[in-house]
Amino acid sequence: MATQHSRSAARFMMAPAVVLLLGWMLVPLTMTLYFSFKKYLPLRGGDLGWVGFDNYVRFVTSSAFWPSVMTTLIIVGGVLLITVVFGVLLAILLNQPMWGQGIVRILVIAPFFVMPTVSALVWKNMFMDPNYGLLAYLWEFFGAQPVEWLSQASLTSIIMIVSWQWLPFATLILLTAIQSLDSEQLEAAEMDSAPAFKRFIYIVLPHLSRAVTVVILIQTIFLLSIFAEIFVTTGGAFGTRTLTYLIFQRVLESQNVGLGSAGGVYAIILANIVAIFLMRIVGKNLDA
Amino acid sequence: MARSVTPRRKALNTAAAWSVGLLIFFPILWTILTSFKTEAQAIADPPLFLGFDWTLENYATVMERSNYGRFLWNSIVIAGGSTLLGILIAVPAAWSMAFVPSKRTKDILLWMLSTKMLPAVGVLYPIYLLSIQFGVLDSKIALVVILMLINLPIIVWMLYTYFKEIPGEILEAARMDGASLKEEVLYVLTPMAIPGIASTILLNVILAWNEAFWTLNLTAAKAAPLTAFIASYSSPEGLFYAKLSAASTMAIAPILILGWFSQKQLVSGLTFGAVK
Repeated sequence: MATQHSRSAARFMMAPAVVLLLGWMLVPLTMTLYFSFKKYLPLRGGDLGWVGFDNYVRFVTSSAFWPSVMTTLIIVGGVLLITVVFGVLLAILLNQPMWGQGIVRILVIAPFFVMPTVSALVWKNMFMDPNYGLLAYLWEFFGAQPVEWLSQASLTSIIMIVSWQWLPFATLILLTAIQSLDSEQLEAAEMDSAPAFKRFIYIVLPHLSRAVTVVILIQTIFLLSIFAEIFVTTGGAFGTRTLTYLIFQRVLESQNVGLGSAGGVYAIILANIVAIFLMRIVGKNLDA
Repeated sequence: MARSVTPRRKALNTAAAWSVGLLIFFPILWTILTSFKTEAQAIADPPLFLGFDWTLENYATVMERSNYGRFLWNSIVIAGGSTLLGILIAVPAAWSMAFVPSKRTKDILLWMLSTKMLPAVGVLYPIYLLSIQFGVLDSKIALVVILMLINLPIIVWMLYTYFKEIPGEILEAARMDGASLKEEVLYVLTPMAIPGIASTILLNVILAWNEAFWTLNLTAAKAAPLTAFIASYSSPEGLFYAKLSAASTMAIAPILILGWFSQKQLVSGLTFGAVK
């Protein structure tokens, strides 16, 4: 079917997408690499010459670096833990026979479609505000002292907000995976009177392992670069400065482009490590 | 598929699932409810759930005072424009990869996906600088192009997955019946591809509408879409809960509705076909 003629036509049809993405990848990346080896302060003298690996060393040795790595790990890890555990439970629950399944699904998925700035602000002001927030009323109702969420429990708060946004994604994907589970296998196990817990451990969980892996990898890539949720809530204060946010501050707020670019290179390397695993899984799927 | 269970069990499932579902949906519901309250009612102690006087005042105020229409228009242009541009570029590419696959097709697809993994913050300054130099900082065109580029891999992937499902035999059959290439594309392929293209458009409009890194960092007064409009409520206007709610409701309503229609495509689209 594929003649020489159709091959060259195919190449021609693919060219715009390939060229654009190549440019999108190479041009900014080259620039970031270039700046990362320079002392470059646009507002304080501009290009002050080559500095070798200085920026790379300074970025890692600055007092803000390790805390930001820890913050990133805690947020990503916390959100992953919550969304995967509750996602599995929720997917199992939604897969049970019930009335109004379609509507429940719609309710559960909804947070995913809310833009990050809206969810962050609604949570910050209407739920987590220590004076007028709904959670403050709830705490007072039970006779407890309201929590100043975003200053006293800042990381917990951010994890809550981001988990709320991503739980639908995990649930939806895990639900899709569960639905492809062979129900006869489960019924056979049920007839052999295997208890529900064992059926879950030995049949459901292994079946879900692939979907869980995909959820973890895709979410990690998105979670490593969460921005708006921190931008509109704490602005990086109270120990919520992630690696992404630190780089943003170096580049745009303090306009230390060289230093920020070195940080950017670290972020790119980090994201690529995660990406390699994801690509393997996706690539395997292409062959199948 | 549907297992038979006792009505009691089914009732329990229903109760549990509805409780969890409503709990998860509650912040959105609360925002929508609050948007119809007065500012005093919005912070009433104890909180008011339904027993308040419904008012549209907040919507009127938000529209009037903050030029909501312009932000909305920017969002529409940016989300719609980037999606359509992306589709125009991706359809031929996905088409040729699905119907004239070569040894390198798989590598190209994976490479495209890998560009999606590039953390935005890593290239923030170059893009910022380029936008200034091309004179497009704070312009819709810059965001249309950038959002098109960050979503292009997903568009190509989704379309590729859909096109792949169109059986090649149908094309051969049409050719046997003497259809010209033009007729083949127009009457055979296009009708079969439209559902796939439509759901790709849907998902990408949602992603572009909610994108909040580039829209926050590359816009100011002129090109800011709804994401930035809402961010401007972060203080101190955000303490006017009723108005914040009205603005938020207006920002999310269109996409919430689109999203519910596209939930099926969401899974394969966002996992690049790894979970179907």
